[in-house]
Amino acid sequence: MVGIIGYGTQIPRYRIKVEEIAKVWGADPVALKRGLNLNEKSVPAPDEDCATLSVNAARNALRRAGITPSEIGAVYVGSESHPYAVKPTGTIVSEALGACPYVHTADLEFACKAGTEGMFIALQLVQSGSVKYALAIGADTSQGAPGDALEYSASAGAAAYIMGKEKVIAELIDTHAYMTDTPDFWRREHAHYPEHGGRFTGEPAYKKHITGAVEAILEKTGMKPSDFQYMIFHQPNGKFPVQVAKSLGFTEPQYRYGLLTPMLGNTYSGSSPMGLAATLDEAKEDELILLVSYGSGAGSDAFVFRTTERLAEIRDLAPKVRTQLDTHKTYLQYGVYAKFRRKIRKQE
Amino acid sequence: MRNVAIVGIGMIKFGELWTKSLRDLCVEAAQNCFTDAGTNRVDSLTIGCMSSGLFNGQEHLASMVPDYLGLKHVPATRVESACASGGLAVRSAFIEVASGFTDFALAIGVEKMTDVSVNDATFALASAADQDFEAFHGITFPGLYAMLARAHMDRFGTTREQLAQVAVKNHANGALNPNAQFPFPVTLETVMNSTMIADPLRLLDCSPITDGAAAVLLTTVEEAKKMKKYPVVEITGIGMGTDTIALSHRRDILKLDAVDLGVQRALKMAEKTINNIDFAEVHDCFTIAEIMVLESLGVVKQGQGGPATMDGLTALNGKFPVNPSGGLKAKGHPVGASGVAQICEIVEQLRNNAGKRQIAEARTALAQNMGGSGGSCVCHVVERR
Repeated sequence: MVGIIGYGTQIPRYRIKVEEIAKVWGADPVALKRGLNLNEKSVPAPDEDCATLSVNAARNALRRAGITPSEIGAVYVGSESHPYAVKPTGTIVSEALGACPYVHTADLEFACKAGTEGMFIALQLVQSGSVKYALAIGADTSQGAPGDALEYSASAGAAAYIMGKEKVIAELIDTHAYMTDTPDFWRREHAHYPEHGGRFTGEPAYKKHITGAVEAILEKTGMKPSDFQYMIFHQPNGKFPVQVAKSLGFTEPQYRYGLLTPMLGNTYSGSSPMGLAATLDEAKEDELILLVSYGSGAGSDAFVFRTTERLAEIRDLAPKVRTQLDTHKTYLQYGVYAKFRRKIRKQE
Repeated sequence: MRNVAIVGIGMIKFGELWTKSLRDLCVEAAQNCFTDAGTNRVDSLTIGCMSSGLFNGQEHLASMVPDYLGLKHVPATRVESACASGGLAVRSAFIEVASGFTDFALAIGVEKMTDVSVNDATFALASAADQDFEAFHGITFPGLYAMLARAHMDRFGTTREQLAQVAVKNHANGALNPNAQFPFPVTLETVMNSTMIADPLRLLDCSPITDGAAAVLLTTVEEAKKMKKYPVVEITGIGMGTDTIALSHRRDILKLDAVDLGVQRALKMAEKTINNIDFAEVHDCFTIAEIMVLESLGVVKQGQGGPATMDGLTALNGKFPVNPSGGLKAKGHPVGASGVAQICEIVEQLRNNAGKRQIAEARTALAQNMGGSGGSCVCHVVERR
């Protein structure tokens, strides 16, 4: 049996509300909240980045997996906010965890899909017998341009998964990918903020690829939407995943644990993996979970997992997602947020 | 001058047509038109398009469109008068047939607006305003029409609810039109609580950004009688008027002289008065525009457009139905295509072919297509013979 043996997350304590951002730009918070189903988002502290979030999430995953870090044969960090353009995040994370030096590491980038890309590769490596354990992390401290629609959603957080063959808590049933060259969102080298195609990011981008991946994996596995106790789609806002879920025949009870964006924002590479973690926090034994990511550019990775009896045993060994999301929150005003996010130019 | 009939119409479903290019839209509309007409004879082609240069980086439609229609070597002309480009294309095709210069003239209106960002689309549209006296200072069309709305409210007591009722009425009609971009009803509350765009205009007071094309095939009434596929539908009146491009240069901000003249000239040519018109397709780019146009048509006195709308005068079952198609608001507003699409709707109605939105016993209709904030206007009177 191949699957997840440990999972962990990290969410910064800082938050900013939609109203606070809208106030600065003269936007209508009621329309934004209603239109995008967003209320607030996480904000990284000045000393938090993709690497620190990844390390903290991975440490929580190690606590649940109960393995020795040096046994990890591969570490993949998926992010679109790697601290360096050249110099891997993966080496920082591997070293901090104690996984070095006999470890294969790579940084991945595919907009919001890089986290599940790492999971996809990690699962296949373990399945092939090439490594005993593989760690995959989706982590981001994403930035939306000031005043842009993305500023209301781009948030920070990380989710980490350790894959193995023993003591599995969620068995991998199958995977399927769906990919096309669709330029809906991009950031050029040296550009500080990404650009996007506005409404083009919806129907022909997000919806098409999520739907394509879901239909493909359902056909491959012979399953139907009602077979799943839970489903998690990538969550760029709180509206898209619900719309697409309903159009495919899924219902609210199936996404009730995994839909985090209304209170967390979009953690990009961490988004759908974070939703999976929140679902594992609540799922019972022998339940089927469908996970489908989405990355602009564009593509979706689909996974079917089945939980095991071991999930309940290890669940409480690290903080749950809702605990990180709902407690110890500190709300920021826009000025401090702008400072934290280095939106204010000053003498360095 | 020869009498001119419309023997073919070609509409496509309007919307955000991500998988269709500028040329796809033209080809699809023209093919639908040929199928409808039962002939693909085209001696001359006129294309109405406002800004394919800014929207698509593509000019020279007089070559590209016939090329992709399988009509290469056919003479073609592109005409432009901002959002009235479609109406102007029909007018130009009419003149070719009426003059005896051409026997079968195809008019296509097209705009592919979603290939660029909303900011770039707004810039392209604003190029229909006065660059020196308006757009340069940062104002775009929602702002210009918001000033008209404010002035109308101030002088005549037009209310927010009356503006909203225009959108409610047009969405109710659009819900019955399978080609509409927004084929669903909206409530007064939804319109009045939608996102503020330019006070007092809200999102649902504004027509959308749309991809679309429409085509009509014109020939002589004599030829049309031979075709026998449909009752003969004739363009009996055409009127065009122009006015200052800048709103601030008008003699009165609330007088749409181009519309007044366009309507009067079209009615005069058709030897009709507004009382002979059964219904109209008008240029409701913003809700205030429909109210003001209603007044320009002479259906109601100036200042009474709002209350008349509220009273149901312009509803599908009202005394003077306006925009049975859903109008630009619900059907969508691919700027260069809108004027041609209005004619398509009128022909459907006059053929008694408009399904659930059919206006009973409609025989004479008027199309009013406007450019910019009223800097140009093309009107057509169309009659079933």
